[in-house]
Amino acid sequence: MDKSFFSLQEVESSYGRLPVLHKVSLQVQQGEIVTLIGANGAGKTSLLMTIFGNPRATHGHIYWQGKDIAHLPTHHIAGLGIALVPEGRRIFPAMTVAENLAMGGRNSVYASVDLEKILEMFPRLKERFKQRAGTLSGGEQQMLAIGRALMSRPQLLLLDEPSLGLAPLIVKQLFEILEEIAKQGMTIFLVEQNANHALKLADRAYVLVNGQIELSGTGAELLDNPEVKRAYLGSL
Amino acid sequence: MTAYILAQQLVNGVVLGAIYGLIAVGYTMVYGIMGMINFAHSEIYMLSAYLSTIVLAVLVYWGIQSPLVLILLTLGVAMSMTALYGWVIERLAYRPLRDAPRLAPLISAIGISLILQSYAVLTQGAKTKGIPTFIEGVTRFGDAVNNVQISNIQVLILIIALCSMVALNFIIQHTAFGQACRATQQDRGMAEILGINTDKVISLVFVIGSAMAAVAGLLVTMNYGSFDFNIGFVMGVKAFTAAVLGGIGSLTGAMLGGIILGVSESLFAGLVNSDYKDVFAFSLLVIFLIFRPSGLLGKPEVEKV
Repeated sequence: MDKSFFSLQEVESSYGRLPVLHKVSLQVQQGEIVTLIGANGAGKTSLLMTIFGNPRATHGHIYWQGKDIAHLPTHHIAGLGIALVPEGRRIFPAMTVAENLAMGGRNSVYASVDLEKILEMFPRLKERFKQRAGTLSGGEQQMLAIGRALMSRPQLLLLDEPSLGLAPLIVKQLFEILEEIAKQGMTIFLVEQNANHALKLADRAYVLVNGQIELSGTGAELLDNPEVKRAYLGSL
Repeated sequence: MTAYILAQQLVNGVVLGAIYGLIAVGYTMVYGIMGMINFAHSEIYMLSAYLSTIVLAVLVYWGIQSPLVLILLTLGVAMSMTALYGWVIERLAYRPLRDAPRLAPLISAIGISLILQSYAVLTQGAKTKGIPTFIEGVTRFGDAVNNVQISNIQVLILIIALCSMVALNFIIQHTAFGQACRATQQDRGMAEILGINTDKVISLVFVIGSAMAAVAGLLVTMNYGSFDFNIGFVMGVKAFTAAVLGGIGSLTGAMLGGIILGVSESLFAGLVNSDYKDVFAFSLLVIFLIFRPSGLLGKPEVEKV
């Protein structure tokens, strides 16, 4: 058994008969920032959703602190200390900012302490505390989704393309916030299309192509890799 | 003269509407959370009429006289029994079809509806049953010729319906369960990811909806005194109409839709013609939906991208 903090071993999953992941193995050590980059449709979101059992892994193991969690029901995963900031934010638009945050911390005994910290980190959420989440701007909604995930005081934070659809300035802010969260000791697994930002932030990185891990290395290594440069970094 | 008739029909309409609202709540909650119309819901209401009558008979046989005690005990037992029915129905007929095409649970619902009707006929017979009025008394406003009457039963119906609605609204808006419920309604997958057992939430929604139908079942039985295995159908259509009118998925909408439907039906019956009251009510629905397809308080459906 792998003793690492969090790891996937030869994980496969599919939507119905359509396979999306092929023997994906990767690992994340405690305190690391690991990023997964890949093109549209490579299976990045599916990988994160497979960790949460939807779709369920049809093969392989997902180890979390030495335990295989691949067969746990979705609603049990959050209680283990894993939180997800999903693609498209998926905040509850008809609920207030306060309620959205409360949903994240519903099983945490530290909810009230953490709420203050999170509102300090995201002052905009404090200003809009009683407002319906659907009325927030894209950037604010992303902050809310991150805040909601942090409310459960997770040990591992999974983020799915948090920069998607945000203005460049907001993206810059976002990555600063992620760096700040990481500095406080959070382990982060970041899935991104914005490879440039993500690789600069990450300790290590994986490249997903057609549901398979094609490359891995430190963030700096991949930034210098000619193939990665050509495929994901454009002319940078 | 007309003013008194108008006022009288208004009173009758609000009472009727409160009952529509109680049942509409069950349709709207299930639709909101599962996107499915639970056609078996009205049969739960029908069963609760039988259940209430049986419980009342037993309690009276035991020598309980006080109307208030009778009503509260009956309400308690009938609500728990229908809650159990609702829970079992969801487990057996809907949960296995959760991921099936939308038509499958609908057919399943119609099947359950037929099963429950036949069950009532088999165990209780097809004849109309009834209970005697045990709450009497009428309050009159006006003189002997021109007056508006409110019977004590009507007052009781309004009080019980109002209390149930307020309690339900409180549960949905201000408790952890209500929050989980609304989250599940808005994004079930995300609710699961946040650690909510949405299967449990859905079960509880069926339980609550069924219990509310039991409240309606007892109130209607007390008011009209008679019922048969077939009462679910018309009531179901009306309550469903109320839910759609108010904006399906919206709790306040269901209550409001119930009152509007009840009042417009009664006014038409009192002022124009009682034979065509249903025609009027449904025409109103059609016209209304042409101009506001999402109902009074419903939000237009936004396709997810």
